[in-house]
Amino acid sequence: MPPVVSLKNVNKIFGPAERPTTIALKDINLEIQPREFISLIGPSGCGKSTLLRTIGDLIEASSGEVMVNGKPARQARINREYGMVFQAPVLFEWRTVLKNVELPLEVMGVPKAERTRRGREMLRLVELQNFERHYPWQLSGGMQQRVAIARALAFRPELLLMDEPFGALDEITRERMNAELLRIWHETQTTVVFVTHSIPEAVFLSTRVAVMSARPGRISDIITIDLPYPRNVETREHPRFFELVTMVREALRKGEEMKE
Amino acid sequence: MEVALSAPTRPIRRVPPTLAVILVIAALAVTWELIKLVFNLDKRTLPHLWEIADAFVQPSRRNGPPLISVLLEAALYTLRGALLGFFIGAALGFVLGTIFAHFPLLERSLVPYVVASQTVPILAIAPMVVIWLRGSWWSVPVIAAYLTFFPVTINTLRGMRSPDPRAVELMHSYAASTWQTLWKLRFPSALPAIFTALKIAATASVVGAIIAELPSGIQQGLGGAILNFNQYYITGPERLWAAIFMAALVGILLFVAVSLIERIVLRNIVRAA
Repeated sequence: MPPVVSLKNVNKIFGPAERPTTIALKDINLEIQPREFISLIGPSGCGKSTLLRTIGDLIEASSGEVMVNGKPARQARINREYGMVFQAPVLFEWRTVLKNVELPLEVMGVPKAERTRRGREMLRLVELQNFERHYPWQLSGGMQQRVAIARALAFRPELLLMDEPFGALDEITRERMNAELLRIWHETQTTVVFVTHSIPEAVFLSTRVAVMSARPGRISDIITIDLPYPRNVETREHPRFFELVTMVREALRKGEEMKE
Repeated sequence: MEVALSAPTRPIRRVPPTLAVILVIAALAVTWELIKLVFNLDKRTLPHLWEIADAFVQPSRRNGPPLISVLLEAALYTLRGALLGFFIGAALGFVLGTIFAHFPLLERSLVPYVVASQTVPILAIAPMVVIWLRGSWWSVPVIAAYLTFFPVTINTLRGMRSPDPRAVELMHSYAASTWQTLWKLRFPSALPAIFTALKIAATASVVGAIIAELPSGIQQGLGGAILNFNQYYITGPERLWAAIFMAALVGILLFVAVSLIERIVLRNIVRAA
């Protein structure tokens, strides 16, 4: 089985080639195996969002190789092999919750009956089945983000790309959403690449945490999270949880020092 | 289980709209008569409102039908030209705005001319259009369209560019075609801006139709009536005022019609505060 994501010597330079303004990504090498949950963590401007967008072919790498499911990222995007969740829900305000979830299926030309069936199934998955006729503005921020997750999973992609999806939520909602996401990840058997700047969030969710540092953006460390499953409220109070949080924090600090 | 922030109902209005409209009309009428009283204006400068009201029911000429039926017929005639012009202008504006939104090069090279077209006084262009179209009735909708396409073009362009860049990225991640992104994202996002333009265009189309009737020598419309009553202003100023009121009414009618359609179409869209 090929890795879901394979990055080889990926560089991304913004600005003209002869006068580059920012080196956003430098020599990124990373392989993500099926069913992994990888977090990209790092300070603002370390290129974690850029890296995620490069995997999704929303940004083109300046050099290096970006492969998704053994294909170039562009081909994977055209084949619709990943779902995307942004920091804001980015729901279409003129569509009901159900119609929002059906959007990717509509674009892909799935017949109406099948669309509705799959849309409802996804809303059940995120436990919003009673809100299918509501409009986005009638839902709370956390519920809107769950709709966005349902939409990203509607066409059953093998890869889920998430760009700080819970960054705008309050701490309590965020922790609940973390647990929800782990449940969904188990149920759907998806591979997840998750951008965050919250250390506990990264530790709680991930199988591995890729620590990034800024200017130039690169992966300075990769930490395997060996916390047992199922992870729940108690996980956050587990001594190993604190150890891993400390490890990630120190790795982040070390990455900053390397720069100086 | 979480509870939705609000039930799927629309916000409640405080003052009934019909009452508000009646109140505003009453206030305007009182102001009109007060100005007349305070500045001691004669009938030629500003007739009494009841004199204008009376003019509507008086025959427009000896043994003729009452003015109101003449004006209604004229209004209907003008409305036809205005409506056709409105539709042509709106369609043209929508197509142009959509093209400009997708081709920045065309936008940069052509939009200045679109803007320039609106700085030329319509009164100067109208006679030329009449001559080009050999004095046919078509000069009315064409000139009405000339006034209406502009706001629709500009607002369609702005509206099509308005979606959240991440929403565009989302469509891109689905490998959506340009057409799919246009119809599923850009067009719905642009609707509020387009309706704003259509409301402006609705009233502009009536002005355009009336202006177009003047050099065309068309007698059947409100333009003809206004020209005619202008000549008899000294002896009967209230008839010109009556014609002006009728012209305003046609504009308001179109405006209200567009607003009603807007409310139906956008009923589920709550614009961000």
